[in-house]
Amino acid sequence: MNARRDFLKTAALAGGGLVVAFFVPAAARAAQTASAAPVAQTFAPNAFLRIGADDGVTVLLAHSEMGQGIWTALPMLIAEELDADWNKIKVEHAPAAPAYFSTAMPIQFTGGSMSTWTEFDRYRQAGATARALLVQAAAKRFGVKAADCRTENGEVIAGDKRARYGELVDAASKLTPPKTVPLKDAKDWKVIGHPTKRLDTPEKITGRAIFGMDVHFEGLLTALVARSPVFGGTVRGFDATRAKTIPGVRDVVQVPSGVAVIADHYWAAKLGRDALRVDWDLGANANLDSGSLRDDFAKTATSEGAVAAQAGDANAALGKAARRIEAEYAVPYLAHAAMEPLNCTVKIEKDSCEVWTGTQFQTLDQAATAQITGLKPEQVKIHTVFLGGGFGRRATPTSDFVVEAVHVAKAAGKPVKTVWTREDDMRGGYYRPAFVHNVAVGLADDGKPVAWKHTLVGQSILAGTPFQSMIKNGIDAASVEGVADSPYLKEIADYRVDLHSPSTGIPVLWLRSVGHTHTGFVMESLIDELAHAAGKDPLAYRRELLKDHARHLGTLNLAAEKAGWGTPLPQGRARGLAVHESFGSYAAQVAEVSIENDAIRVHRVVCAIDCGIAVNPLSIAAQMESGIVFGISAALYGRLTLKDGRVQESNYHDYRVVRMNQAPAIEVHIVPSTAKSGGVGEVGVPPVAAAIGNALFALTGKRRRELPFATA
Amino acid sequence: MVSLTINGKTQDFDVPDDMPLLWVIRDVAHLTGTKFGCGLAQCGACTVHLDGAPLRACVTPVGAAAGKAITTIEGLSPDGTHPVQRAWAELDVVQCGYCQSGQIMSAVALIKAKPEPTDADIDAALSGNICRCGTYPRIRAAVHRAATLAKETTR
Repeated sequence: MNARRDFLKTAALAGGGLVVAFFVPAAARAAQTASAAPVAQTFAPNAFLRIGADDGVTVLLAHSEMGQGIWTALPMLIAEELDADWNKIKVEHAPAAPAYFSTAMPIQFTGGSMSTWTEFDRYRQAGATARALLVQAAAKRFGVKAADCRTENGEVIAGDKRARYGELVDAASKLTPPKTVPLKDAKDWKVIGHPTKRLDTPEKITGRAIFGMDVHFEGLLTALVARSPVFGGTVRGFDATRAKTIPGVRDVVQVPSGVAVIADHYWAAKLGRDALRVDWDLGANANLDSGSLRDDFAKTATSEGAVAAQAGDANAALGKAARRIEAEYAVPYLAHAAMEPLNCTVKIEKDSCEVWTGTQFQTLDQAATAQITGLKPEQVKIHTVFLGGGFGRRATPTSDFVVEAVHVAKAAGKPVKTVWTREDDMRGGYYRPAFVHNVAVGLADDGKPVAWKHTLVGQSILAGTPFQSMIKNGIDAASVEGVADSPYLKEIADYRVDLHSPSTGIPVLWLRSVGHTHTGFVMESLIDELAHAAGKDPLAYRRELLKDHARHLGTLNLAAEKAGWGTPLPQGRARGLAVHESFGSYAAQVAEVSIENDAIRVHRVVCAIDCGIAVNPLSIAAQMESGIVFGISAALYGRLTLKDGRVQESNYHDYRVVRMNQAPAIEVHIVPSTAKSGGVGEVGVPPVAAAIGNALFALTGKRRRELPFATA
Repeated sequence: MVSLTINGKTQDFDVPDDMPLLWVIRDVAHLTGTKFGCGLAQCGACTVHLDGAPLRACVTPVGAAAGKAITTIEGLSPDGTHPVQRAWAELDVVQCGYCQSGQIMSAVALIKAKPEPTDADIDAALSGNICRCGTYPRIRAAVHRAATLAKETTR
């Protein structure tokens, strides 16, 4: 954190004048320089907002908008304390700079469902500081005390005197900000907690929104890169003779990840790459086979690994238990398959480099670009544009798609946009790792679990990345989250959770809800198995086990009640339920399923969510819907397979995802809460697969322990 | 050289006849509202209208569009007030937004063909448009709402 502190100190010295406690970005600084002139046109009290003489309030986002609605939620936090006119709010992605480092980690990033809760204080404080200065400026103008002024809808008001914020920009710019500014009491909130429509809708329904794929400027070329068909393969040689005959192809260059064909536009680059001949040294992974890996994992799962969590003596307690349930669960590799294929635009100049891309990892991308170009990080400008879906794929610790694009632009000596085809994106690695769970549970006479032994086998996401040091005693927490901290285990005297983290050569990465993608499925399916073994209703059984876990219980009860748990269903339908905590929030879901013409059909999902303070209930509901559909895709269809080192799936025809005709009706109910906010973006995913699997068990009597269900 | 009429404007493009219409629209005409998602007519992100009918521009050779009226998302309305766009805004449909141009173009064509679409009609017309954010329930509701708005508009 020292680097950050030093940076702030330097920025405070360099910025002069108006710097509050934050680094003020270049755009705002330019406005300040202009304030040397008689009248300031912009009031930029901190790095997170600026107010123009036209009353416009521009909010700078330290996080990336990838669908989750942060473009609206963070401005809500500022607007609340600023008493801004909501119609005057404009939003921009912030530049990459230390001022925008997360409050939780010294990097600028978007992930872990953390954006809203980690910014809850900082963005409110930013709004409150600005308001205080505007009030001070108005008080001086009105000749009254600041305490006699109030603010409303973008104006300072004192008696019959009024001033719009835009009129106060110059005066406020010249004031010294107060050290501390009190924040509103929750009972006075007018914005937080109120359903608020998205601010990015107008751009996104008219085609005006600019995603990475849409970046264009004069002289920009497009590249497609031929990459090894096997992970880790390298170029032995290539023949570009035919590729160079394609009209529009400008250059063919070798880069560390393969061979780039650079052309006037995508289509010429695509034809050029089709005509390219590359001789690959396939390297060590040419025999990778996901089926064999699954078998290996299953075998490994029968032996004990590194201990992730334990209490008492699980082995001894299992031996003494009245009954014993043993089960093996498995999930495959998964691709993120975001709608916008990966892409990155790079322009390198003598003393600077500009990068335009939809990224979740600005700081790492900036550092990686600096290293390749030989520039300093501050000479690298990262322009974050809208992300056409992220789901974790655009937060790569290796900055893979940025690094490659920088190499291409460097080798070409020209500005280049590197575009991935859908097939490139699907086969380009960084998957949700496959996992096998081997579990033995001992039950007491009353059917409750008394011993639990749980072994997980799957690749570590952090291993071999700059975050490697976060692996403690052989445990990558992301591998075991949702099991090691399970509320069910907390009620058991003897348990042991352990982990094997094999290396395979397949690049893996976090995918929306990370470890919870499989642990939610496994734990909530297992609890259903135990309920069945105990001869108890799955809801009643969970209520007993979770009686001291109020928030689990609250969502469980709400979802069950709203879904009509226990009430009759049409012939051929059944319900299943699941509840799971992730990212500081709690979600319970009830799924209604049937099997029609051998196909699993999810008709309805009822979801209850407790995420503490609900900043924007409208976007919370949208994120639950989103997580549920995302989770159904994984539960029913998602599976990436490798044979002879090659990924077999290539596009949406063989890597199926939920479509309109497969999407259920979804109802979301938010548990009222004054608790600290938790995450939202990923929390809807973990329970779905188990809720569906449990419903299928209720329907057919067959327990499904492997995803995806449609092929199991 | 291919002559195209995009959103009412006719222009000559120096591209081969077999170049997909999508890449002429995006990379040559620089209308980027129409998206690239799959290149195989699997996802619908590239949906445009050809003489009013929806079509996947990623697999349509530009030559096949010559002399016909091409409408992209940019040409749907001057100010984003087409009934489908209004319904989308009213129901807060979008998330990442990348697929939405295609979703909207498919929905517009559906409502034109069937002014009172049923859920089955929506399934049939929109199952070719993938949304990884899972906005399907809101899209369904918005199509119904747009049908109502469209009737009010023409009344």
